[in-house]
Amino acid sequence: MLVNTILFGVLALVVIITAAGMVLSRNAVYSALFLAINFVTVGFLYLLLGAPFIALVQVTVYAGSIMVLFLFVIMLLGAENLPESGKKIFQRVLAGVLGLILMGEIGFLLLRKAGLTAQVITPPEDFASPVAIGLLLFDQYGLLFLITSIILLVATVGAIILSRGDTPKGKRLED
Amino acid sequence: MVPQNVAIPINYYLVLSVIMFAIGTVGVLVRRNALVTFMSLEMMFNAANLVFVSFAAYHKMLAGQIIVFFVMTVAAAEVAVGLALMVMIFRSRQSIDLDQVSSLKG
Repeated sequence: MLVNTILFGVLALVVIITAAGMVLSRNAVYSALFLAINFVTVGFLYLLLGAPFIALVQVTVYAGSIMVLFLFVIMLLGAENLPESGKKIFQRVLAGVLGLILMGEIGFLLLRKAGLTAQVITPPEDFASPVAIGLLLFDQYGLLFLITSIILLVATVGAIILSRGDTPKGKRLED
Repeated sequence: MVPQNVAIPINYYLVLSVIMFAIGTVGVLVRRNALVTFMSLEMMFNAANLVFVSFAAYHKMLAGQIIVFFVMTVAAAEVAVGLALMVMIFRSRQSIDLDQVSSLKG
C-alpha cells in the first residue's frame, strides 16, 4: 500500500515538473522533450489505474508519433528560439491568476462530485485487457470506430492539401 | 505488470489532472510561440484523459477507456491538420508568433 503511494507520488511529481518545464523553457525543442517525458509518465499512471491498452496507445501515439511530428515541424521551421515580442508583465501575472482561479474551480467541482473518501480499487485482472476493449470497440462502439476512420482520412487529405503549398493550377496559395 | 491492490484515492488523480490542466491553460495564455501553445493544448487533452481513466477504474466501466481512445484519435488528426496550418502560416509570414497573426482583428 505504502509502496504504491510512494510510486504515485514520484510519478505525479515528474508529471508536474515536466509540465511546468514545458511551459517555462525558452527553447521549443526542450518544451517538446519535456512534453514527451510528461506523456510517458502519464502512461505509467494509466498502468497504475489498470488500463494497459490505453497506456500502450498513449506511449505509441502521443509520445511516439505526435511528438515526432512536433519535433519535425519545430526543426523544419527553425522555430526553436523565437524572440518574445511585445511581452507585458501584467499579462503574465493575469494569466497566472486566471490559471489559479480555473484550478480552484475545476478542483472544487470535481472533488465535490467524487466525494472526499473515495478510493480507486484495482479492477480484476482481465477488466481492461485488449481483448475486452476490442470486443467493446467493435461491437457496441463500431459505428463510432468507423466515423473515426473517416476523421483520420479527412485529416490526412487536409494536411496534405494544406502543406503542399500550391493550387492545382500551379498558383501559390499565399499570393 | 500491473501492481495489485492499488488503493490510491481517486482524489489524488483528480488533483493531479486539475494541476496539469491549469498549467496547460497558463501555457496557452502566456506563450507567444504557436507551437508551444499547441503543445500546451495537447497537455490539457492529456489531463482530461487522466480523469476519464480514473473514473473508468473507479466505476469499473470500460466506456471511459473507450472514450479516451477516441479522444486520442481525434487529437492525432487535429495535430496533423494544425501543424500543416502552422507550416503554411510560417511560409507566408516567416514567423509563428501569435501576436503577429492578427489580420482578422479588424
